Amino acid sequence: MFPYEKYLRLDKFPHIWCTGCGCGIIMKAMLRAIEKSKIPKDSIALVSGIGCSSRTPGYVDFNTLHTTHGRAIAFATGLKLAKPKLKIIVVSGDGDAIAIGGNHFIHAARRNLDMTVIVYNNYIYGMTGGQASPATPIGKKGSTAPYGSIEPSFDISGLAIAAGATFVARSTCYHAVQLDKYIEKGLLKKGFSLIEVLAPCPTYYARLNRIGTSVDMLRWYKENSIPVEAAKKMSRKEKDGKIIIGVLHNIERVEFCEEYKKLVERVKRGQATF
Amino acid sequence: MVGFRYEFRLSGSGGQGLILAGKILAEAAAIYDDKNATQSQSYGPEARGGSSRSEVIISDKEIDYPKAVNIDLLLCFTQEACDKYCKDIKENGILLVDSNYVTNIPKGKFKVYCLPITEIAEKEAGKTLVANIVALGIIVELTRIISKEAVASAILSRVPKGTEELNLKAFNIGYDRAKTLK
Amino acid sequence: MQRINKKDIKLMTGNEACAEAAIVAGMRFFAGYPITPSSEIAEILSCRLPREGGVFIQMEDELGSMATIIGASLAGMKSMTATSGPGFSLMQENIGYASMTEIPCVIVDVQRGGPSTGLPTLPSQADVMQSRWGTHGDHPIIVVAPSTVRETFDWTIKAFNLAERFRVPVIVLLDEIIGHINEKIIFPKKEEIVIIERERTKENPKTYLPYQCVDTDIPLFADFGAGYRYNVTGLCHDETGFPTNDPEKIDALYRRLNRKIERYTDEIIEFKTVSLDDAEICIVAYGSSARSAYRAIRRAREMGIKAGIFQIFTIWPFPYEELTKISQHVKNFIVPEMNLGQIAHEVSCATGCDVIKVNRVDGGLITPDEIFERIKYVSV
Repeated sequence: MFPYEKYLRLDKFPHIWCTGCGCGIIMKAMLRAIEKSKIPKDSIALVSGIGCSSRTPGYVDFNTLHTTHGRAIAFATGLKLAKPKLKIIVVSGDGDAIAIGGNHFIHAARRNLDMTVIVYNNYIYGMTGGQASPATPIGKKGSTAPYGSIEPSFDISGLAIAAGATFVARSTCYHAVQLDKYIEKGLLKKGFSLIEVLAPCPTYYARLNRIGTSVDMLRWYKENSIPVEAAKKMSRKEKDGKIIIGVLHNIERVEFCEEYKKLVERVKRGQATF
Repeated sequence: MVGFRYEFRLSGSGGQGLILAGKILAEAAAIYDDKNATQSQSYGPEARGGSSRSEVIISDKEIDYPKAVNIDLLLCFTQEACDKYCKDIKENGILLVDSNYVTNIPKGKFKVYCLPITEIAEKEAGKTLVANIVALGIIVELTRIISKEAVASAILSRVPKGTEELNLKAFNIGYDRAKTLK
Repeated sequence: MQRINKKDIKLMTGNEACAEAAIVAGMRFFAGYPITPSSEIAEILSCRLPREGGVFIQMEDELGSMATIIGASLAGMKSMTATSGPGFSLMQENIGYASMTEIPCVIVDVQRGGPSTGLPTLPSQADVMQSRWGTHGDHPIIVVAPSTVRETFDWTIKAFNLAERFRVPVIVLLDEIIGHINEKIIFPKKEEIVIIERERTKENPKTYLPYQCVDTDIPLFADFGAGYRYNVTGLCHDETGFPTNDPEKIDALYRRLNRKIERYTDEIIEFKTVSLDDAEICIVAYGSSARSAYRAIRRAREMGIKAGIFQIFTIWPFPYEELTKISQHVKNFIVPEMNLGQIAHEVSCATGCDVIKVNRVDGGLITPDEIFERIKYVSV
């Protein structure tokens, strides 16, 4: 049995998440990845915004910062630049990361600022009662999309890749074992890493869309996911409506803190002029 | 003792170096002449062109209100600026204009000096760009509020490296030219 | 008279003095977004901070700028941002976060005409109420308003000291006039400058409670990453730093947060009075309008009119008590401001008198004449 107690603030339990929610699955995968990566607790800062996923920091024993809606990455930017030795993990939801916080998301990726962002993508705003988010698939319902969403949704991983992230992986709460590995790889990557995790919201998303229980959601993830290697050989039509999982993107690029450090050295040596 | 307060307004178009001229004047008074000085400007959204106005107040006391309202010397590089601001010159104040650009001289209870400042800069100093510095030379001699040495020092500290000689030359040309006006 | 070293005399703008003072105060982290008329502060610091080994980052917007400086301060650095009205509006939510979580930081607002895009290149003092009540909820905040380049230098340093001492966001309200005017400044001597650092805990990490207050109302700080592993949240929290819904604890937090300022107003509030002893007319002024007021009262005195000035440096917390005292012997108050009467209302509350307002909202600085006319009108 994995020693979760080592990382949990047990006195803060029971947690506020609904039965069947994906948040707990992702939190545990994150703790297993941290244990494997051997990063000491004192040097981890776990930062979140607002939403169900963003309650994670309260339950785990790190330097934890629960901020305002959408701004977790910006707060994390300050922490990281002020203290580069901190290992920054941002936990966020689909609405928090790519709707209200979309600007910080793409710019941190563009800078390739060293942090790991885990987006719990449940296709919906859970905390506030099931409103549609930019990740809600077209045609699916939310409490503010009673006739089904008419907006195309964002591909969160694709957005991160396009913006400049150097490590991007996608998994689901069904594929929890793989998820450990992706998060661990993200933590060990120097640069902006994104782990997108599809997470069931039985209370709102599954209910409003008559999908059933959390188990039905997990089954749906299982049946509709394709490993990225297999997807490469498939036609666009074959991939339509499927979830492509695995390490989607892994490249090397200059990291922002390192680059800033070099700038400071250059300026101090008098080699940088303007 | 009632102290003195001297107000300058340098006006024309953006890009004529009036803001820099104002800063040099203020710095000369504040740092090299042990007086108090402020320099402020009004500007529009244009980075180049548009109207430009730079104001300098010099006093031997603390400067409270930093805007020019009762102008001792008004410099105009455009007809538009001259028409707009000449009413703010105080009695016995000075109006200095670039005679190639300001042809319609307003009437009032002030002294008027007309000189082809830009032309002087081009022909005698070698560059139209230093018209602002030529104007500074003229102003220093006409007003005698700030010492010539102080302004020369301020010019050296504010102009781009490599252009010191050109600017000092322009300054002296303006200064000498003003002497012929009196 | 003491000889002043020429090196200590400069001609500089308020924006330049603000940036310089921040570095003197120990600020080593700036995050900002370009906006007229404050951009020079960012430009100067983008050049200066790398030389000092500090951090400069241009963020994607003002929401991010504010969040980033809070993050940096939580990691232990003195941090600041600079903006103008529209950007200041975008920062408000996170200013509330800094208030709630008691993370020190300094926000410079070089005011321009508003609302909305308003008058980008012209001055205004219309953010007085935004600086006090821009974020939602009852919250502690300190706002200072210098009127000259030298005062901008001094008050920027004091802003950091107040932020560190009381663990609050402190706002420096400048305006386009002070931000852009080039003025003579004689720098104070190094030994005359007081620098205050936030008080850090010496408690064992195992027993440290991040929001526990003993004797004072100001909790002791622990830098993130220094071994304390505590929780910070914008939710209403108890002394452990974790969310609470207990009415008693909620009440205690809100009351302490606000008491933190109320209890120490004597230490915070600063103002300057000139010619008030025998005055029959008192001008209450702040920021660049105060400059015009000084000229106006001098003219009034020359004409034998007994006018004096009460210049406010710390507009929030507002010096109610001090003005109440003055109202015992002065009955005529004139408040010049480049807005439609934001401080006039507070002066009226403090003094119980009908306040005569001198307002300009056309982008121009109030002239000494405009104030003097009102003085004359009152004196007859």
